[in-house]
Amino acid sequence: MAKKFDPIEMIATSPLGRAIGNSAAGRSVATKLGVPPAAELRRGRKAPAGPIVLGTVGAGDGLVARTLTLLGIEPAEPVLDTPDARTADENGKPQPPRYAGKIGALVLDLTGLATVAELEQVRAVLRPAVRALEGSGRLVLVGRVPETMEVLEARAVQQGLDGLNRTLAKELRAGATSNLVWLDPATSAEGFASTLSFLLDGRSAYVDGQSWRVDAVSPEGLDVASTSPYADRIVVVTGAARGIGEAIARTFARDGATVVCVDVPAAGDALSKVANEIRGTALQLDITGAEAGATIAAHVSGRYGADKRIHAIIHNAGITRDRMLANLDEKLWGAVLEVNLAAQLRMNAQLLDGRDGGIADGGAIVGISSTSGIAGNKGQANYATSKAAVIGMVRAMAPELASRGITVNAVGPGFIETDMTAAIPFVQREIFKRSNSLQQGGKPVDVAETIAYLASPASAAVTGQVIRVCGQALVGQ
Amino acid sequence: MEQRRNAVIVGGNRIPFARAGGSYASASNLDMLTAAIDGLAARYGLAGKRVGEVAGGAVLKHSRDFNLTREAVLGSALSPSTPAVDLQQACATGLQAVVYIANKIRVGMVDDGIAGGVDSVSDSPMAVSNGLRKALLAANSAKTLPARLKALSAIRPGDLIPDPPAVTEPRTGLSMGDHQAITTKRWGITREAQDELAMLSHQNLARAWSEGFFDDLVTPYLRVQKDQGVRPDTTMEKLAKLRPVFGRGDDATMTAGNSTGFFDGASVAYLAEESFAKANHLPVLARFVDAETAAVDHVVAGDDMLLAPTEAAARLLARQGLTLQDFDFYEIHEAFAGTVLSTLKAWESDEYCRERLGLDGALGSIDRTKLNVNGSSLAAGHPFAATGGRIVATLAKLLHAKGDVDGRKARGLISVCAAGGQGVVAILEAV
Repeated sequence: MAKKFDPIEMIATSPLGRAIGNSAAGRSVATKLGVPPAAELRRGRKAPAGPIVLGTVGAGDGLVARTLTLLGIEPAEPVLDTPDARTADENGKPQPPRYAGKIGALVLDLTGLATVAELEQVRAVLRPAVRALEGSGRLVLVGRVPETMEVLEARAVQQGLDGLNRTLAKELRAGATSNLVWLDPATSAEGFASTLSFLLDGRSAYVDGQSWRVDAVSPEGLDVASTSPYADRIVVVTGAARGIGEAIARTFARDGATVVCVDVPAAGDALSKVANEIRGTALQLDITGAEAGATIAAHVSGRYGADKRIHAIIHNAGITRDRMLANLDEKLWGAVLEVNLAAQLRMNAQLLDGRDGGIADGGAIVGISSTSGIAGNKGQANYATSKAAVIGMVRAMAPELASRGITVNAVGPGFIETDMTAAIPFVQREIFKRSNSLQQGGKPVDVAETIAYLASPASAAVTGQVIRVCGQALVGQ
Repeated sequence: MEQRRNAVIVGGNRIPFARAGGSYASASNLDMLTAAIDGLAARYGLAGKRVGEVAGGAVLKHSRDFNLTREAVLGSALSPSTPAVDLQQACATGLQAVVYIANKIRVGMVDDGIAGGVDSVSDSPMAVSNGLRKALLAANSAKTLPARLKALSAIRPGDLIPDPPAVTEPRTGLSMGDHQAITTKRWGITREAQDELAMLSHQNLARAWSEGFFDDLVTPYLRVQKDQGVRPDTTMEKLAKLRPVFGRGDDATMTAGNSTGFFDGASVAYLAEESFAKANHLPVLARFVDAETAAVDHVVAGDDMLLAPTEAAARLLARQGLTLQDFDFYEIHEAFAGTVLSTLKAWESDEYCRERLGLDGALGSIDRTKLNVNGSSLAAGHPFAATGGRIVATLAKLLHAKGDVDGRKARGLISVCAAGGQGVVAILEAV
């Protein structure tokens, strides 16, 4: 896949940078600078070890509690830091009350939060929890979409949660994360369950300091806590031969999907290995072809039956052709826009026109944006444009396809450890991958897990969102 | 006949054919055949599934590869409960494997099967001399050390020279090219005609590649993405400059440009019973209609060694009640340009068809625009046993795209010549 942070690589790949970065001295300096070893993140379908605490501030309607019940979680009571609950330590300094042991997560129901005064209660519940949070623990702030609040003050404090969340994410240690979800007033427990489950699980390991919205749509007739949400569903992954695409294909297969693995004919060797291992099928296809979408649809209906449709397509295939704009000709500019943007638009149009083997109603489309698309990046005018356009595509398509129950979302990967980033010399790579709140690079599976969450039938209420998988990178929003 | 089931070609897969001693030099026949099967499994979702039977083989074969195809299955993504058999019929190995699988499907013994072949000139077996072999066998069976040493002392310096793989006919001592040179001369095939056929083969194969025709027929292997033999820029002028390599004298016409070189590669075709294919959502490209194998006496009677397919075709056409002109595609294996051209000329010859083939007259000429339309062995290369699978999958795809012609299904004729004076022809029909 794509290079994410070109400036660093430009330094890293310079002769001097290479010499320093790969030298024994360079390594030794990096270690002696006191860079702490990164925490091993909890990954996969793994719940927090300690208890999950539920705190509520304001006139909540119990939605979060009901959602936890749906997920089979019995929440623990929060410890509150009120002045009279504090005790003096040996020096006579007042200390906040403590939890008996480490806690796994604090889920904070702030859907009724409406006043500045109530923010004090938010602080009171957070302070002991932050101190007791286990490694890879979770803070999950659950607010309400600010625009849906009628009172000005309520809108303001709901928006205030964004700053609080981003700061908490920066202050937490040992792989713990904080994220914020804004709900619609009509969001149901069934609609919220997949999001809460994802956030508590190890699946959200590298998602930190992010905020996104969950709509009022309620998935019906689904086991929202299922560990194989894709059973009997077909998922198409482009660029599936290696790297992040391969991880996406494997993750969907783990969750029960029949995966159609698409990549350029030149990558067919690696592609067939992935497809065989996950019992999917390989489709060698140049996605920039005018009929690429039609070819995918024909493959699906031909190979799996005329009545079969695609549940989700993951537009992972992408390229970089890095140059400063001053050196950028029409070929390098066009090639990136063609693969990363135009091909997706064409494939979507063909797969959404109701043809056999197209995208099913109730299905999902997930695009891949990038830190470059969000923050811009020197030397990547073409790439950044294409990746910002993916965000535009997601926002435009989501409302358009809502009536068909099709969700459209994107992820924005940060520094992900792939074969390509492994080629960056040691020191540069270290600096680079530590430039985020989790102080480490993400793994391809982290991107894959987020995509699998977004595309899940249980996530029908999540659409038009862009979730960054970047460990809260210093760059970008 | 009507009782038989339909065997259809679902599709195929091969690795790009590579020049011998190059990209696949470190790959064995087993590696390449396994890769070809794996690419097929990925394309048709066969991973973990039991296939009725896999038939394959190689012309140049190590003794350790006595169970080559079964070992390839075990190393592949297919279920290990998939049985396999090794077949060998020189360059017709791949096509004969298709015939074997098709017939098992037609009589109801299996519902699906994979047929193919592989060959590596790069990794060809090299035998020790007879003297060394006998001494080693004697030493091996000797009970005591002195006896063992005595056995080994029988080895003479000359015994240490290994026997390279023979590329000559055991009974005539002539190479394949030498045999074809005799035929080429006998049939008066010109240098220009051979060069033109070679040029068309390169142009057609290059066009097919650029059109993406092989996107669902080939899976890259060891970083090779396309057939290495294809030369899109080949011209008559360039071909005319090459010196003859087969035949003697000033009138020798066979060059490296109009003869196949040595290649490494593997191919497989996937066949199934028609309703089984439909029930399992598999493509149905073409129906296997019939096949015929013939052999000639190139040793005593001095027959044209590579023209056995002319006889096979005559018998097959008669059996099927078809004429040579009833086809929309002709896939005639280009062992040498001269082979294809002398085959066509033999069919056009009244005398040959009456006297040799026992017909009333010539089978006639074919529409040359229907011949090897997406290139053949001169451009793609010819890893001996892998050629049959390449041709069958290519033709099946062409036929499926063609569909109906004048109210009947499009038809294709395959002709493959083989060492030992043998030849196999087969008919496929669009579905």
